[in-house]
Amino acid sequence: MPESLSTVVAAVLDRHRHDGTRLMQILREVQEEHGWLPPQALTAIAAAVGWPRCRVEGTADFYSFFHTRPQGQYRVLWSDNITDRMLGNTDLMQAMCRKLWLEPGRVSEDGLVSVDTTSCTGMCDQGPAILVNYRAVTRMTPQRVDEVVELIRGQTPVAQWPAEFFAIADNIRRKDILLGHTLVPGEALAAALERGPQAMLDEVKAANLRGRGGAGFGTGLKWEACRDAAGDAHYVVCNADEGEPGTFKDRVLLTSYADLVFEGMTIAGLAVGARKGLLYLRGEYRYLLEPLEAVLARRRQDKLLGDAILGLGGVDGGFDFDIEIHLGAGAYVCGEESALIESLEGKPGRPRIRPPFPVTSGYLGQPTTVNNVETLAASCLVAKHGGAWYAGFGTAKSAGTKILSVSGDCERPGIYEYPYGITVAEVLADCGAGDTQAVQVSGPSGVCLSSEEFGRRIAFEDIPTAGAFMVFDATRDMFEVAQNFAHFFAHESCGFCTPCRVGTTLVKNMMDKIAKNHGSPYDIDELFKLHRLMQGASHCGLGNSACNPIFDTLNKFRPAYERRLKSLDYEPAFDLDGALSQARQMTGRDDAGAHLTNEGTAA
Amino acid sequence: MSENNVFLLDGEEIPFTPGQTVIEAATAAGKYIPHLCWHPEFKPYGSCKLCTVKLIGPHGGRLGSSCTLAAQPGMEIENRTPEIDDKRRTLLQMLFAEGNHFCPSCEKSGNCLLQATAYELEMLSPHFDMFYPDRPVDASHPDVLLDFNRCIMCALCETASREVDKKNVFAMGGRGILGRRIHINSESGRLADTDFALTDRAASICPVGVILPKRKGFAVPIGARKYDQAPVSAQVPGDAK
Repeated sequence: MPESLSTVVAAVLDRHRHDGTRLMQILREVQEEHGWLPPQALTAIAAAVGWPRCRVEGTADFYSFFHTRPQGQYRVLWSDNITDRMLGNTDLMQAMCRKLWLEPGRVSEDGLVSVDTTSCTGMCDQGPAILVNYRAVTRMTPQRVDEVVELIRGQTPVAQWPAEFFAIADNIRRKDILLGHTLVPGEALAAALERGPQAMLDEVKAANLRGRGGAGFGTGLKWEACRDAAGDAHYVVCNADEGEPGTFKDRVLLTSYADLVFEGMTIAGLAVGARKGLLYLRGEYRYLLEPLEAVLARRRQDKLLGDAILGLGGVDGGFDFDIEIHLGAGAYVCGEESALIESLEGKPGRPRIRPPFPVTSGYLGQPTTVNNVETLAASCLVAKHGGAWYAGFGTAKSAGTKILSVSGDCERPGIYEYPYGITVAEVLADCGAGDTQAVQVSGPSGVCLSSEEFGRRIAFEDIPTAGAFMVFDATRDMFEVAQNFAHFFAHESCGFCTPCRVGTTLVKNMMDKIAKNHGSPYDIDELFKLHRLMQGASHCGLGNSACNPIFDTLNKFRPAYERRLKSLDYEPAFDLDGALSQARQMTGRDDAGAHLTNEGTAA
Repeated sequence: MSENNVFLLDGEEIPFTPGQTVIEAATAAGKYIPHLCWHPEFKPYGSCKLCTVKLIGPHGGRLGSSCTLAAQPGMEIENRTPEIDDKRRTLLQMLFAEGNHFCPSCEKSGNCLLQATAYELEMLSPHFDMFYPDRPVDASHPDVLLDFNRCIMCALCETASREVDKKNVFAMGGRGILGRRIHINSESGRLADTDFALTDRAASICPVGVILPKRKGFAVPIGARKYDQAPVSAQVPGDAK
């Protein structure tokens, strides 16, 4: 191993105390210094953390943002959510590749640069977006493509690129009780400490606070189950792996409301009896790491974190709690709470067999509550104002407010906070959407609504959502939307279970076949068959919901599929006559006998 | 055993001891639930999903993996129904389509659990377009050939090497259809550079034909092999004892 690399590896390993559970951070930091993860580095890391080398390599190979092969000095990744597509990312990426003499996905001959696509980077309200060496750049235009190409050709370090490239707007369009809060740092925490752990838990239950990640499990119940579970230590995990395409509200909360999020984690720690919290931040939000660390440092200084919080020490009343930030590395599946915990432990993000659930056996096998960023932020309001106050907002079954990430065909994309119970039509009116054909709520794994359904409400009892709200006007082709989502799931399947690993790729291939006008009703039947198998037989929610967008669009926008079908009968997956073209070229024949119809007979 | 510790499998009462999974109790009772990644010697892994069953009745209306599903009194489970076997057949077709399985020339033919299960479930074709993945073989080891073309990602080699051999020669890693693979515990990635031995439990655990001993081809002729004698459904409950 070259000396420069071994110095880097040794320093990173020391920083992380040779702790294998910190493998994700070790790999990322070595890669940030060296550009990729050479085999010798993995060997050294494995030896230092005391793990079999194959396990370290298994983790390095799992995450899209880790590279066990050289990647070039500049790595450009185009966010490829449907909203980026609608803003023209395909043409812009092609233009960039042309100017750099590159094929997508290949490193240039001189090892300078590679250009590829990646899953949604959470910049849907300011796309098309890219990552350059895992730093987010927004609002790509033909001009910005030219500028980026020039900077890469001139080998200007990314740190010296114009600051406006990296400007990321909050775009908050509507505030309610959470985004409009007036709490100063420490205020909610002081209120929680005053209440005490049990009373705090009771207030969260009285508030009927439910998980904002989409599933809507009762936060109070989760905290109570975690607190009551026996263990050597309890943990609070904040799920900031906001990977659902079309969602970006957690980015805004972590940018401008970080105190509220960390304070919510601390309050959760108080309620469940934890001394340690972990925030799992998606790799796409790498740029937030330093600002968030700065907030943590300030909170430690202000006695809002660390030993004897708010100066309360001694035998009774003393409360110690601190927070660590872990960065992910490009794996949507880590949004699933048990996969997230695996990742926190340095392993591939493979969802665990449940039960046991994380509340009894989570991080390091200990009782762990995993909560969404927004849920934890909202718990500050409950701490300060009480459960009854909080339950007064929203509907009977969905208390409080929900932050929506609005993107797509509308005049004012961005962040909208509403009390639960708001109709889809009202949101559309507020964001300036006109002639809307469909709304995809809660991302690809959520639900696709057609215009007849716009009277439905955002609420756990009607349309539950993690927050994504993607708008499609009448000019959009809903088949292309579903095809984009099919590609997304095939890319993000962890590969553990057969139905999801193979099924997502089969679905993707069938959608591509239909897109190329080779499809037939047979393929539609096949898609339904795969949906029935994958939903129910898959290991986790990813596989179970992967066919949702296909199922919804097939039911609600069937003409978008049918106008692509080659015929209403069986069609072979390949073009029989096309398959003969090479033979025709070689023999110099082009007579009728050298052609086949797709019925398999000579024309 | 309590009188109450009984569940119904295709209408037949299956006794169980608390803590047993559905497949464990069924196997002990002489019933066959199709499976690939489950092995009676090891903790369940739960990846192949061939052992998927349907819960009906009061607990019911959903699918579950019988290798991880804890047996509970009063459960009603459908196992060998046309509906569930149809799903299993599709799962088998997925496994055949994603790998490169050339049974007629495979040394494991007749001893292969994947092939035997496909016969059992009357899988007549792979149905899907084959993926034809590029999976280079590893012939580096003096005594053992690794032919990854046949891998079904069951991780039994990983488990056996870790739990029985205490060697950690294998680890499943990587992501998705393109990335998921067995990682070998050496910097070169070659089996020869590990401490793997033909006598390891992991050397004989592979349910398909990935891990094959060298210089021992077709010692038992095709036609006289394990699953040539009797279908897998007639053998598994006995094997597990």
